[in-house]
Amino acid sequence: MTTDIDATAGKYLRDKYAIIGVGETTYTRGSGKTTRALGTWAVKNAMDDAGIPASEIDGMMSYSGNDSTASTMLAGDLGIRLNFYMDVQGGGSSSEALIGLAIGAIEAGMCETVVVFRSMNGYSQVRIGGTGARASMPVGGDALHGAAYGWFSAGQNFSPTFMRHMYDYGTTPEQVAMVKVIHSEHAANNPKAYYKQRVTVEDVVNSRMICKPLHLLDCCVETDNATALIVTSVDKAYDYANTPARILGVAGRVCKPRIDMHFQHGPISTVAGYYIKDLIYRNAGLGPEDIQCTGAYDAFTFTSMLQLEDYGFCEKGEGGDYVSSGIMRLGGARPNNTSGGHLCEGYTHGMNMIIENVRQLRGEVDDYCPTDANGSKQHTFNYAEPSQGGGCRQVPDVEITQNLGWAMPGTGSSLIMRKG
Amino acid sequence: MPQGEYLGMTLTVLDLDNENLEYFQHCAEHDFHLQQCANDDCGLIRYPPGTACPWCSGREFNWVPVDARGTVHSYGEVHHAIQPAFRERAPYMILLVELDTQSGAPTEHEALRVVGNLVDADGTFAGPDLVKQVGIGSRMRIVFADVAEGLSLPHWTLDEDAEQPDSPWRYPQEVNGV
Repeated sequence: MTTDIDATAGKYLRDKYAIIGVGETTYTRGSGKTTRALGTWAVKNAMDDAGIPASEIDGMMSYSGNDSTASTMLAGDLGIRLNFYMDVQGGGSSSEALIGLAIGAIEAGMCETVVVFRSMNGYSQVRIGGTGARASMPVGGDALHGAAYGWFSAGQNFSPTFMRHMYDYGTTPEQVAMVKVIHSEHAANNPKAYYKQRVTVEDVVNSRMICKPLHLLDCCVETDNATALIVTSVDKAYDYANTPARILGVAGRVCKPRIDMHFQHGPISTVAGYYIKDLIYRNAGLGPEDIQCTGAYDAFTFTSMLQLEDYGFCEKGEGGDYVSSGIMRLGGARPNNTSGGHLCEGYTHGMNMIIENVRQLRGEVDDYCPTDANGSKQHTFNYAEPSQGGGCRQVPDVEITQNLGWAMPGTGSSLIMRKG
Repeated sequence: MPQGEYLGMTLTVLDLDNENLEYFQHCAEHDFHLQQCANDDCGLIRYPPGTACPWCSGREFNWVPVDARGTVHSYGEVHHAIQPAFRERAPYMILLVELDTQSGAPTEHEALRVVGNLVDADGTFAGPDLVKQVGIGSRMRIVFADVAEGLSLPHWTLDEDAEQPDSPWRYPQEVNGV
C-alpha cells in the first residue's frame, strides 16, 4: 500500500551520503580575478583535498545572483565530463539546499559525485551590501513595495524582524553584539580570516549606525572568494583521502507562510528555523541537544541569534541570553561559527560555514596549531590569541555539527553532519 | 504604462502588471484600495497586491476601499543609505504599519502590514525631530506621494486625531540625536 510510505521522509537517505572534499580560495577584497578563475581555484582545492581526479567527478552545481560563472566553464577548465549540472539562482540558504539536491541527483542515478561551488567577487564586482550599480537601478513592479521606500539592502529588509525581536523579548544591543565578539575571537585563530582583529561589545555598539538596529560591526564583511565541496555516496566516500563528513539530514529553503511578503504572517520575530526544526531533526533522528557545534549563518549578528532560538537551542525569546552566555565560544558547550563566519572570515553565502564544520568533524581545522610529520594537526585546544600562546580553534571530540543557513527571516536551510 | 521620477529613481508599473496597475491607480486617486477575495466563504483582504488569495487560493477578487489607519508594528531606521536617492534623506524610517482593518485575522498573528516611509502631513520625508517621535505603537494614517499619472506611493504620517502612546517603543540607542 503506497499509503504506508511517508513520502516526505528523507530519513531513508540518512547517513548514506557524505562530503569528501572541501576547498576555498583566499578571502580577499580585490581578487583581481574573474569568478571563473576563482571558481576553478576553489574546485581544484576541493579535488586536491579529497584526492579525487577529474575523471571521478561527474556532477556540478552552483548558485548565484547573476554575479558568477557557470558549471560548464569550470568543468571545461578542469577536464570534468559532466553527467549532470545545474546552476541556480540564489544566495544564502542555497548551499545546504544544493547538497540535498546533489544527493537527489545521485540517488536518481543521474550522476555519482557532485561538486557544489559558489564563486563571487562580493566586494570588487557585485557588492553584497547592495551598494554600487545595483543601488541606482530603476524600480518597477513588485519592487515598488520595497526598493521605492529605500527598503532595499539585506540589512534594511531584515531590520523590522530584528527590531520586533527586541520589542517582543527585551533583547539588548549588547547581548546581540556578543555574536560579533565571539566570532571575532574565532577569526583571530583563523589564518584565512579577512578580519582577524578581536573586538569588544563596546566596539560593536559604538560603531557607526547603518540601519537600526544594525551597527557597522553587526554586519558581515564583503569579500571576493570562491568555495567548493564534493558530495558522494557513502559507499564511495571512504575511497578518498579524508574521514568523510556523513550527512544525517538536510533541509532546503524552508519558508514561513506568505513568503511573497512574510511580514503579513507573524510573529515577525520568528524565523524559518521554526519550521525547519520539525523537518530536519526528524530526518536526522536527533535534536538540538545532540549538536556539538553550530554554523548559524551570520549575515548579521541578529541572524545567528534568531536562528539558534527558533531551532530550539534555547527557549523562544531567550536568544539574547544564549548568544551572550559564552556557550557559542570556543571552549563553550556548543561553539558557533568557529571560522569567524561571515562577520569575520569572509562572505560566501554559507559555504565557508559548512566547510568549517567538515574540517571540525575531521579534527583537522586549519588553525595556527602545529602539524606533525604526517601532516596532521596537533591541536592544543588553547583558544587564546596566537600571540598569547593560543591559536587553536578545533572543538574537542566533535561528532555532530549543524549548519543553519539563512536567505532571509522567512527562508532558511539546514544541514546536519556526523563524523564518518 | 505609469512611469515617473521619484527622489531621483525611475519608478515604473508595467502594462501587463494588472494588479499593481490598479493598486497604484487607486493610490494616485488618494483612495487606498486593496484586493478582497471574491469567494463568499473567504472574503479576506490581502496586501501587497497579488494574483490569488493566500487563504483560499481563489483567483477572483474585487478592489475595495480600506480605512488606512493603523499602528506601527515594527520599523527600520536607516542612517547609512544604500540607494543614492535616499542619502540626503537619512535618517529615514521604513515603517511596517498594521492596519486596524483585519488585524489579527484570520489567525492571531496575521494582519495587513503595509510598508511606507515616515513623512509629515504634507508627504515630505520626516526630519530627525519627527523620526524621534515615532516607534512601535505609534498611531499612523496614510498619505500619498504623487509620482506620475496613475502612480502614487502610500506613506505614513502620525495620525493627529488618534490617541498616541505616551512613549512609543524605540530602539534604545540614539545616534546623532535620533
